[in-house]
Amino acid sequence: MTRAPILEARQIVKELGEGNAKIQALKGVSLTLHPGEFTLLMGPSGSGKTTLLSILGCILSPTSGSVIVAGENASGRSAEQLADLRRRHLGFIFQAYNLFPTLDALDNVKLALDVRGFSAEEAAKRAEESLRAVGLGHRLHSHPGTLSGGEKQRVAIARAISSSPAIVLADEPTSALDTENGHAIMELLQKLAKDDQRTILAVTHDPRTIPYADRVIEIEDGLIKEEANGAEAPVEAVGETRPAGGSGKTGRKRKQYANA
Amino acid sequence: MIIKLATRNLFHDRARFLVTLIGILFAVLLVAIQLGMFFGARQMITAMVDRANADIWIGAYGADSIEQGLLLTGRERFVALSVPGVQEVRPLIVSFAEWRKPDQSTAHIVVVGSNKGEEGIEPWNVVEGREFPVSPNGVIVDRTYAKALGVTGIGSLAQIEGHPVRVEGLTDGIRSFTTSPYVFTSLGEAHTLTSVPQGQANFYLVKLAPGADTAQVKRELQSRLGKVFVFTKDEFRKQNLSYWLFGTGAGGALLGGTVLGLIVGTVIVAQTLYSSTKDHLSEFATLRALGSSAQYIHKVILAQAVVSGLCGWALGTVLTILISTFSGEAALPIIFTPGLAVFLLFVTLVMCTLSAVSSILKVTKIDPAMVFSR
Ligand SMILES: Nc1ncnc2c1ncn2[C@@H]1O[C@H](COP(=O)(O)OP(=O)(O)OP(=O)(O)O)[C@@H](O)[C@H]1O
Ligand SMILES: [Mg+2]
Repeated sequence: MTRAPILEARQIVKELGEGNAKIQALKGVSLTLHPGEFTLLMGPSGSGKTTLLSILGCILSPTSGSVIVAGENASGRSAEQLADLRRRHLGFIFQAYNLFPTLDALDNVKLALDVRGFSAEEAAKRAEESLRAVGLGHRLHSHPGTLSGGEKQRVAIARAISSSPAIVLADEPTSALDTENGHAIMELLQKLAKDDQRTILAVTHDPRTIPYADRVIEIEDGLIKEEANGAEAPVEAVGETRPAGGSGKTGRKRKQYANA
Repeated sequence: MIIKLATRNLFHDRARFLVTLIGILFAVLLVAIQLGMFFGARQMITAMVDRANADIWIGAYGADSIEQGLLLTGRERFVALSVPGVQEVRPLIVSFAEWRKPDQSTAHIVVVGSNKGEEGIEPWNVVEGREFPVSPNGVIVDRTYAKALGVTGIGSLAQIEGHPVRVEGLTDGIRSFTTSPYVFTSLGEAHTLTSVPQGQANFYLVKLAPGADTAQVKRELQSRLGKVFVFTKDEFRKQNLSYWLFGTGAGGALLGGTVLGLIVGTVIVAQTLYSSTKDHLSEFATLRALGSSAQYIHKVILAQAVVSGLCGWALGTVLTILISTFSGEAALPIIFTPGLAVFLLFVTLVMCTLSAVSSILKVTKIDPAMVFSR
């Protein structure tokens, strides 16, 4: 990975809460994401994963430190300017899918493209393409209520990639899914990350997702603890940092997940 | 997509949409009916003055409206005729009187007497019988009041202040704001039926010579006549309107009803829109996270308001047209014009835009970070 980074975070500190309840959720985090990479961000509950993801995604502003998105420094920007950065460079995938229940799959993707200023025809074309790319070509006109969890997450992924953003950020994309669907979604993200115009960062609790990643960044108590290549990551070690981890079974699960 | 999302948001919760529609419908109906009545009343009040072929009205002081003419001495006519620019001066009698039906029951009427010819007030919209009474005791009444006057058709007999009269013609749609029907007759007969002596009148209608300057003639008339009022046609119209609509408070009540309708409508729409916005807040936060501008979200909310407004307006307009069609026979008919419909559309859109303010303020405060904390 010698290419220029797409996303750079430098010495991110984030304080949350007020007065006595004030805590430092991030205590100086630096990381760099490169195109063509699928990176996992792992760590125990409360370690600051979501906070970091929000900051990388220009949804939250750091207390100090800087985020550089596709060469643009996000520091000191207004809410409207941050929205503009997100619109141009970022795609999001959420744990709870966050689809619009009143719109069908196609319209859900088209809406995101409309927000991004695509013309109606271009949006229709791209929406259909990206839904086909995630294997939902046959469910274009299904409403979220009639889709399975895995299918909903695919719609969300289609929505995230439809505008071809340089950076796709996912918060726990598989934690609401069963094993089989979780596996399929990870495989899809892995495949999508192969695009050398794109980088994908996913927050996860689940050690079974490790084999899909090119990199695994481990965060604990607001600090980056360890980084490993996904393929060589010591799965058990990472697993141990999970509070309700999979103990001895993790290794086997990882195999099942990766080879299923 | 904005319109699509907005309509889906609206139709998603049918019950709430129904409440919204009822709120708008209520406002539109109330405003339409009040304003329709207001216009109806205006038309009724000014009809006589509009129809009279007079450039200038001369009346006794204290005659606040055409129905309340006091007695002029008759001298005014000759003075007026001597003013340069005056072509013709015609007497007009407008006087309350008692109408006795064949069954001896009575009704209040307004006798309108003038000579046939360009300068008087002739009945208009005559649908049956003569255009103007010819026999000495002939009168013309409006169909709307036929029942109230015990008139069954041409040739019906009655008494006015003890004098026998015969209906010679029927008009359609000449309504009286005072609810006392107008009864048209010749000037001569009017002298007999009322207490206005020969040679006197309640009003003198002045017709100007071609090219005469109305303002100048009016000034000259006023200075020569002294203690009477001299009004141009337009001034007398306004005088009648201001007396009946604002002097009596009737217009105030109608316009007050309009304002009330608007306030209630705005509050209901604001309320339902706000609760809808609150329900869809997480979706708006998602939109924001996806990079939508605040403006985009405001447009969705405004579109919700406008779509509701359009639906409510369309329903309200249809209902008002129905009501106004059936109001023809009512004491105060509702006049619903295309202009009023357009005005209502404008008012509805303003109302809905105002209602969106609280919702827009609400979404302005959303933190897109809430998308991760569901
Ligand atoms: N709005 C907030 N105000 C105060 N403290 C907060 C706020 N949001 C998060 N925190 C705290 O900041 C720390 C980091 O939270 P964060 O949500 O980033 O953790 P996480 O790693 O995503 O956890 P999980 O795995 O449970 O999702 C936690 O201690 C959390 O309680
Ligand atoms: Mg989290």
